[in-house]
Amino acid sequence: MSGPAYHNGNGPLGEGDGLPRVPNQRDQSGSPLPVREPQAPAGPPRPVPPPPVPETAPPTRLPLYDHGTLKSLLGAWALAVCSRDESLAVEVHLTDCAACAEEALRLRDAVGLLHREESLDLDPLLRARVLEGCLGRRPARIPVPEWAGPYDAEAARLDALLRDLGDSYWHEPVDLRWYDGAPVTRKVTVGEVITHLTTVDGLVAVALDVPDTDRKGGLDLPLDPMRRTEALWAAQRAAAEESGAGADLRDVWRGQSHTLLRTVSFAGGGAARIGVDYGSFALPLRDAFVDRAFECWIHAWDIAEAVAYPYDPPSPRNMNRMIDLAARMLPAAIAHRRRDGLADSAGRLADAGSPGRSLLLEIEGAGGGRWYLPLDSPGAVASREHAVAHVVLDGVEFCQLAAGHLEPERIAFGQEGDRDVIRDVLYATASLSRL
Amino acid sequence: MATPAPPRWDRKMQQRLARGEEAALGELYDRYATLVHNLAHRVLDDDEAADLITREVFGYIWENPDDYDPKHGSLRSWIAALTQSQAVHRLRQYASRGRSTATEVEARVRQANTAARADFIVTSMPAPLRDALELAYRERLDYRAAATDLGVSADESRRRLRLGLQLLSTAMDPADSLEIRPLERGTATHPFDARGQGRRSRP
Repeated sequence: MSGPAYHNGNGPLGEGDGLPRVPNQRDQSGSPLPVREPQAPAGPPRPVPPPPVPETAPPTRLPLYDHGTLKSLLGAWALAVCSRDESLAVEVHLTDCAACAEEALRLRDAVGLLHREESLDLDPLLRARVLEGCLGRRPARIPVPEWAGPYDAEAARLDALLRDLGDSYWHEPVDLRWYDGAPVTRKVTVGEVITHLTTVDGLVAVALDVPDTDRKGGLDLPLDPMRRTEALWAAQRAAAEESGAGADLRDVWRGQSHTLLRTVSFAGGGAARIGVDYGSFALPLRDAFVDRAFECWIHAWDIAEAVAYPYDPPSPRNMNRMIDLAARMLPAAIAHRRRDGLADSAGRLADAGSPGRSLLLEIEGAGGGRWYLPLDSPGAVASREHAVAHVVLDGVEFCQLAAGHLEPERIAFGQEGDRDVIRDVLYATASLSRL
Repeated sequence: MATPAPPRWDRKMQQRLARGEEAALGELYDRYATLVHNLAHRVLDDDEAADLITREVFGYIWENPDDYDPKHGSLRSWIAALTQSQAVHRLRQYASRGRSTATEVEARVRQANTAARADFIVTSMPAPLRDALELAYRERLDYRAAATDLGVSADESRRRLRLGLQLLSTAMDPADSLEIRPLERGTATHPFDARGQGRRSRP
């Protein structure tokens, strides 16, 4: 609570003549708020005579105001939002009009009661604690599915970041980075990042048959996240820079995320397997929600980095789900790279369902764990017995690699076993990244 | 000086909470957690204590969504009043454990109540007055510029600022008629005691 602290103390009541005396408003012209200056106390008459009035501004040159006008100026005067001449005229008037002087004091004190609604950065972990406390007291009849929990939490964190940043940041430049054979960077604005999140979340909306926000705008967008986003950015730029649209972008994104959470809550467990079409691939709804949570975190981090704000990783439970999704997507990504002739390790035929060569992916830190990945075919069964390599990575770094924020060549890791296989897995992880 | 949500939003939120929708609880938190935490912090001047009040207030609302009566004002003002009352309750409790003198505590309670009344007045005053104050106080607009922004005459702009501050200044009056009563039911003075003491333990 570091808000404007204007307190009038015991009230600047004059002691000499029994009339209330008001500190001069114009003394405080530089301050955004009427903060009392210690060297200009209102109380007793000053021991030193007032400085001579400069010749350039003799009081007689002041415009004349009638009593009614002066009275009507009291509010603006108390807020220090009238002209110098007006404040001066009011202050002169206050010395000989007891009624106005009394009201002036009262209104000045009232200004002290106005306070900015600050968004003290709430501890992001408080949300989970408060909600858990509530649900412990009264279980939800319509719960948010567990797999949608990370999305709920990450969207709330990004929303809180945007609220803290306020409205002056929408045009701030942000670098979006991903890995496409080499690091790729795209320069956009904070507003465009939010548009990007909104439009790819829209794919989930399409799958749930919720009217997605883009469709409402009469746009028929491609499904591929990148082309979809590019199309929307182009449309937005063509529609000219609508000033002050930032808050709207946030409302649209947040409104949609709330609708998605609400819809899957009502849909219940059966919705988990509904397919979400991303154009070139598809994910079941339960995974799509984790994917969207991951994107939300990564892009919130991009924004935070661009404006030099701190931004923590997700809670361990939520990060574990994200790592788990990436680990489950890796076998297909490995196969994809091998098909494209990008792999270093030789492939071997393995039938779906039969045991194949495996890699142990060990993620350290909060949210980590161990995953055995099949190397020869996404359908093969991975196991400890067939492990040919073991790689150890930090959780946050693994996520950065999967987001294309860290290059495979630069990541620190511990390894044991077949190095070509490990290299393939690291590159396949980076290949999971996209805009 | 956040403006309250539209009444329809309030009623819908109440229904969704009553239905036991977890997603609604999350939305409620996202909208009002800052308000609750700030108000609690203003009274208790302590982060942990404000966290605790936040848990208590949201827990209470989640368990008792029907206690909110839209006829008596916005959901926001109800939540603010619940928070205020619970925070003051805790402040007195801490004080009785000897952390500060009774006089200090009562002074803080008075100050907090004045601040809460001011907050209530600002959010419930007619929008034209609130908008004028907002422009002058927050945007630091000169009253003439505010007039242009509001599309009114300079005279009207002055009038609104003065009237808005006059209304606000009533928060400093000895609280009788303006005493915020978070819950209008029963004779209980504390909302968390107001209902079903036998049914559940105190938050």
